[in-house]
Amino acid sequence: MTHAEMGTTALWLMLLLGAYHGINPGMGWLFAVALGMQEQKGSAVAKALVPIALGHALSIGSVVLAAAFLGMALPPEAIRYPIAALLFGLGILSLVRHYHPRWVRMQVGFHDLTVWSFLMASAHGAGLMLLPVLLGSRTVEAADHMAGHHHASAAANPLAALLATAIHTFAYLAVTGLIAWVVYSKFGLAILHKTWINLNLIWAAALVVTSVVTLLI
Amino acid sequence: MVLMRPDPTFYPSPGMAMQAPPERLAYVALLNAGKNGERDAMGVIDLDPSSSEYGRLVGRTDFPRGDNELHHFGWNACSACLCPQTPHPHMERRYLIVPGIGSSRIYILDTKPDPKQPKIVKVIEPEEFIKKTGYTSPHTIHCGPDCIYGSALGSANGDGPGGIFLMDANTFELKGQWEKDRGPQQLAYDFWWHLGHDTMITSEWGTPNMVKDGVNPELLLAGKYGHKIHIWDLDKRSHLQEIDLGAEQQWVLELRPSHDPQKTYGFVGVGVSLKDLSSSIWMWYREGSGKNTKWAVRKVIEIPAEPADPEKLPPLLKGFKAVPPLVTDINLSLDDRFLYVSCWGTGEFIQYDVSDPANPKKTGSVHLGGIVRRAAHPNKPKQPLNGGPQMVEISRDGKRVYFTNSLYSPWDEQIYPDGLKSWMVKLDAEPNGGMKLDEKFFVEFDGLRAHQVRLEGGDASSDSYCYSEAK
Repeated sequence: MTHAEMGTTALWLMLLLGAYHGINPGMGWLFAVALGMQEQKGSAVAKALVPIALGHALSIGSVVLAAAFLGMALPPEAIRYPIAALLFGLGILSLVRHYHPRWVRMQVGFHDLTVWSFLMASAHGAGLMLLPVLLGSRTVEAADHMAGHHHASAAANPLAALLATAIHTFAYLAVTGLIAWVVYSKFGLAILHKTWINLNLIWAAALVVTSVVTLLI
Repeated sequence: MVLMRPDPTFYPSPGMAMQAPPERLAYVALLNAGKNGERDAMGVIDLDPSSSEYGRLVGRTDFPRGDNELHHFGWNACSACLCPQTPHPHMERRYLIVPGIGSSRIYILDTKPDPKQPKIVKVIEPEEFIKKTGYTSPHTIHCGPDCIYGSALGSANGDGPGGIFLMDANTFELKGQWEKDRGPQQLAYDFWWHLGHDTMITSEWGTPNMVKDGVNPELLLAGKYGHKIHIWDLDKRSHLQEIDLGAEQQWVLELRPSHDPQKTYGFVGVGVSLKDLSSSIWMWYREGSGKNTKWAVRKVIEIPAEPADPEKLPPLLKGFKAVPPLVTDINLSLDDRFLYVSCWGTGEFIQYDVSDPANPKKTGSVHLGGIVRRAAHPNKPKQPLNGGPQMVEISRDGKRVYFTNSLYSPWDEQIYPDGLKSWMVKLDAEPNGGMKLDEKFFVEFDGLRAHQVRLEGGDASSDSYCYSEAK
């Protein structure tokens, strides 16, 4: 397997994880829809998506960047096990009970929504979930060359981390934006009542699975 | 228990909740009047018209004690779990949180194993309630977007301030006082909110020490009972504004904000005016926006006292030669269209069309009980009734209305000194106004007094909504 292929796989995984985070109602689109309904205009939905994506990117970015800097200073094994333990712990915790940050405010501006989205993504371990992909990836080549490093893992490469954040957020925004728009303008909220499957449970399982993957790679 | 799909009784908007299937059971707080050796209980009434036990008490969970004075209980989870800030809709509407204002005890009842025989799964003793909240006399429970909220009438020593406390919706652990800055607020009673506007409203009755021994005429005539509402920032938990209805407006009780989270008005009932013994309904509403936001009130309904022969009046009222309406409960249908008003004194139950909230139109009236009138139910037309329309609950679709007749045992004794005999009735409401009593539905409670009613799956005062469908 060449370096380039692993890079492509990581890229796709980033896009997929972004899309997956975008689907979760608790992580973006539902708040945008609610604000659209509260203000009775579609532009409110679009307006909300910008800070929501920004907050998500900040949460993801800070986690993968922190991991990247740790990865530069420490041997891969030293960061891999703590990451696996964190993912596992968070997964089990979420399986037992759905914890969420305390947040009541519905009248939110740009700043509030950014903070809200940051908190929701962070509390759900959204950034942590990306780390195994970066750990497993040999690196995204372009980023690697620009950085002039040749670490074994993209998790130890801040530029790769930033690139991953950008790709992830792009996919996240595309999906959460699409769902927000379709629900707001076409389906309406009836789908919430009937078809909202428990993504938190699936999410918790995903955290546990990624924890195991982190150990295996 | 975690579900894979949202609890089917959660609805994003009040409009969707109106499409819910009809309720088949009602839970009714039954309080022991203290002298018959019976204990407090949660009664279960069959509401299914096709059932052979329709309109009958089909289940009853006795509480270990009889001193609780059970009041406005609520569900552990409701449609607010769908709110977008921290959605967690895969909980079950399953547990009833039942507060006692007499005992400061809270019971948690599980309705799932046998809906007709709820099981007590947890009791929060008064010592723990006082230690964790600093309050006494828990009164009203509402399920909120983040946890369970409750109001309490007083502080640990039975004086003010009363206020709001929080409870974890999963573990039922008390989370302490809600307020970060209570401003001038001292008296407490009911509370509710405009979730879409981060606004809480609270009302005023009296501290436990002011109410537990009955109406205190001195306090009343001096205008010392509650006469204000308070506006709060729901998120910052701080007091924003105090609105005084005037000291002559005594007992500012039930708050019914518009269910549509986009709207910014609601109704509050006032028990008695010292000026003329009338009762009234006031509308609160928001003026301005942004930093210039102010809330205001105006009286939109006034119900006059009725002249009466002093011989037929209890000692407390003899000198006035009139029956005050005593509006003690009101309720608003989920479409924010019909307001129901209980006049516990005159025995009248009134329906208003409040499509234009500043100009209510009377669309229906029924008499049952009353201090002087003692109006009978069509099911037993020869049996005079005492007590009057009191705790009222409306089905989600707005087609059925239920009410019971007891208020608060120390006050029951003063206003109905012949011994309040308790009953529960049902009315059928017409889609465009008008209502009539269901002749087949007349529940009598032997020895116990029926108070708050909660309907299976939710009702018009159990749930809050975060999504507006207004066009």
